[in-house]
Amino acid sequence: MLGIKGGDGMAGVRLANVQKSFADVHVLKDINLEINDGEFVVFVGPSGCGKSTLLRTIAGLEEITSGSLHVGDKLVNDVPPSDRGIAMVFQSYALYPHMNLFDNMAFGLQLAKVPKDEISKLVHAAAKTLNIDHLLDRKPKALSGGQRQRVAIGRAIVRKPEVFLFDEPLSNLDAELRVRMRYEFAKLHEELKTTMIYVTHDQVEAMTLADRIVVLRDGRIEQVGSPQELYDHPANEFVAGFLGSPRMNFLEGTLSANGSGDGGLKLKNGVEIASLSGAPASLTNVQCKLGLRPENIKIDKNHKSIDCPVKFVEALGSQTQIYCEIPGAPELLTVVAPGNAKVKTGDMLPLSFAAKDCYWFDAAGKALPRVVA
Amino acid sequence: MSKLSRACIYAVLILAALYTLAPLWVMVATSLKSLDEIREGSLIAAPLAPSLSSWGKAWSSACSGVRCEGLQPFFWNSLIMTIPAVLISTFVGALNGYVLTQWRFRGSEVLFTALLVGCFIPFQVVLLPMARTLGAIGLSDSVIGLIFVHVVYGLAFTTLFFRNYYVSIPADLMKAARVDGAGFFTIFWRILMPISGPIFVVCIIWQFTQIWNDFLFGVAFAGSDSQPITVALNNLVRTSTGVKEYNVDMAAAIIAALPTLFVYIVAGKYFVRGLTAGAVKG
Amino acid sequence: MQADRWLPKLILSPTLAASLFFVYGFILITIALSFTESRLLPNWEWAGFERYAELFDNERWWTSAQNLAIFGVLFIAVSMALGLLLAIFLDQKIRGEGFLRAIYLYPMALSFIVTGTAWKWILNPGLGLEKLVQSWGFTSFTFDWLVDPDKAIYTVVIAGVWQSAGFAMALFLAGLRGVDSEIIKAAQVDGASMPTIYRRIIVPTLRPVFFSVTLILAHIAIKSFDLVMALTGGGPGTATDVPAIFMYQFSFSRGQLGVGAASAVMMLMTVIAIMVPLMYAETKSANAR
Repeated sequence: MLGIKGGDGMAGVRLANVQKSFADVHVLKDINLEINDGEFVVFVGPSGCGKSTLLRTIAGLEEITSGSLHVGDKLVNDVPPSDRGIAMVFQSYALYPHMNLFDNMAFGLQLAKVPKDEISKLVHAAAKTLNIDHLLDRKPKALSGGQRQRVAIGRAIVRKPEVFLFDEPLSNLDAELRVRMRYEFAKLHEELKTTMIYVTHDQVEAMTLADRIVVLRDGRIEQVGSPQELYDHPANEFVAGFLGSPRMNFLEGTLSANGSGDGGLKLKNGVEIASLSGAPASLTNVQCKLGLRPENIKIDKNHKSIDCPVKFVEALGSQTQIYCEIPGAPELLTVVAPGNAKVKTGDMLPLSFAAKDCYWFDAAGKALPRVVA
Repeated sequence: MSKLSRACIYAVLILAALYTLAPLWVMVATSLKSLDEIREGSLIAAPLAPSLSSWGKAWSSACSGVRCEGLQPFFWNSLIMTIPAVLISTFVGALNGYVLTQWRFRGSEVLFTALLVGCFIPFQVVLLPMARTLGAIGLSDSVIGLIFVHVVYGLAFTTLFFRNYYVSIPADLMKAARVDGAGFFTIFWRILMPISGPIFVVCIIWQFTQIWNDFLFGVAFAGSDSQPITVALNNLVRTSTGVKEYNVDMAAAIIAALPTLFVYIVAGKYFVRGLTAGAVKG
Repeated sequence: MQADRWLPKLILSPTLAASLFFVYGFILITIALSFTESRLLPNWEWAGFERYAELFDNERWWTSAQNLAIFGVLFIAVSMALGLLLAIFLDQKIRGEGFLRAIYLYPMALSFIVTGTAWKWILNPGLGLEKLVQSWGFTSFTFDWLVDPDKAIYTVVIAGVWQSAGFAMALFLAGLRGVDSEIIKAAQVDGASMPTIYRRIIVPTLRPVFFSVTLILAHIAIKSFDLVMALTGGGPGTATDVPAIFMYQFSFSRGQLGVGAASAVMMLMTVIAIMVPLMYAETKSANAR
């Protein structure tokens, strides 16, 4: 349906020991990453983690301080952006305000001295697939946010890049449009099968679009893996907390084991969370953290680990979010229950933490291996 | 708001407008009167028998110092001084502003601040060395020398204008252009210039009025043949041969003011808009 | 890419070189000159503070300084007050606002020489304003400030304000238009009257504009040379001398380069003394915001 193929040669991207610093500030620290040909990779992380800088170094808009960067087989450390075989879609779209849509999309081809009729063919084909072919003589000012987004994508497509780079492309759109464009990105990748690198701070975008997610923090890669891998086997507390919504609950304490392999987690003020089956023996009698995803906590009188008073309830229709107080824990515990759950503020909830739903972290925040059925 | 207070506001505004316009009216009226009418009539009365003879005299035969050719030669002096000086300083300022915003390098902000000092110094403090320098390079008493001086001391302002304008252009635009394969000059000509219209208007008007209206550099560095019109006007008004011809003085003053008034009337709206946008931001 | 690395610096370098030489270099030369024996020609014999002593012994210099103080303070205060008043009034959804604004602003296009010439004619005691008012029946009216050594400096203020008040108005008006209209609505909901809103909410948020206007007007005042030259020529006698005229005459007409340089340095010091605290206060409060 798209009518335009991806780049003639497709290529992966390889980063080895990449460092980037501005004066004394180290923005990227020893980045090693191999992105496969045709893969959709999402960089995700909190603001200031270096994900956009990483993308811009791949684009060639920032020079790397040390390390090597390959696109395909070519070392591109010193290659200007336009010769790297990449195309980029910016958060603000960065459309040239004084040019109409045709010229916006054609500008790069014109500079590359592509013959006129060839340019016209390419631009019209891209515009057609993106449903903006009736707008080609308009200026960007006259377009809606979604249309501008399409022009920005069109400008990238006509370059037939080997790698697409997207810098938070959906963050300027309203919620509804964002969902629709998310779908279109997925479709675009399916059609073009070109390597795509996508930066976002929105973990839903990351989970839905990515073949693999790269989680960054403070200029370092925390973990790389498929969305499900990261969800099930986060490498550490940070990744566990970053992916999943609502956020994972963390309880800090000391684990005491009893004979049968069941453990109890003793919080700082002495409150004990009992019958935690499958607690790792290696953590017995040391400081550790228990992570619990809100959607995994069950309300179950028969296997309860603890009774918690409900502080408040948010009914969202499809589901109910319950906030309970665990005495001594600094934060309220979030529990997701079905939309029809009859819970009100002040109730005592018997909460059950099944062994398979527990994420254990050592004192340094490193995750212990989990077995997932 | 009550009707009365609105009426008061209008009254104040209109009075202020009349006060602002009065000198212009007096100048025009006086320039069209004969000397007898000036002596006998009222300052603000309309001329009874308007005559352009004082204008003719001011333009081509009034004495400014020892020369009695009117303002005409000096008008051309000012024109051939102002136009190149405005164009050169504006163009260089545009390139500087482009570098200082889109191609920042380590220390470029410090350099910009250092450049800004040029906007604030009283020019008296450079007058003496500049007079010697112009002499040394053989440009004293020449229009070229004045062009040079105006370009040098205009650059701080033009750079400031363009820098403040370009700083609000999103960085992504430059990056997109670089991904599209545009280099330093391509970005400047094809991306930046087409959207710089407003700031060019501001900068050109500012430089034009500054340079056309300059008196200090003109009186200090120009020879009798290269005097700009402001200097000539001042001389013309001070030169008294017998009767003081107020009508000729006023005609001369209006002639000296016409180019800037014209520019202001044609494009003043954009000028104020652009200038205040920058000035208010600080 | 390689070219893009050095091109920007190359482009900037002529301007930087010019600034370094013609601004910083020349300031240093002028300062150096002020410590020498220079009279008609530069003479690099060290003279210490002699030129400054000469300057401070000179009555004319003190007249100039005093005139600058009177002119500067009145010119800035009146231009600003008038400008702010007109801006606030113009901000009341006035019919013909654009037209009025253009009228207030046109003097800005004129050279101070033209302004001075015009006002010299209007204020001349024989045929100007004095005669006009007398012809209306106020036969005892006199207005001879232009030739009165004690009052002549005020005529410079009149002409200066006439030229610059409109400019202050434009800046203030732009500032007023930039005030967030929701703040004003919030204040209205709080029950504030329009005058109160202006006094307590809007004018205080115009701080940066006050800063800009003060800076620009102070700058015009200190550099004032052409206006005085055209209006009074520094006269009657030396009654309206300002430092700019003093500097020019000692340097170029009287062959006292050293004293001229010393007076130029004093002007620079005055600018620094006014600008630096102003800028410091402004950046500090801007950072605090």
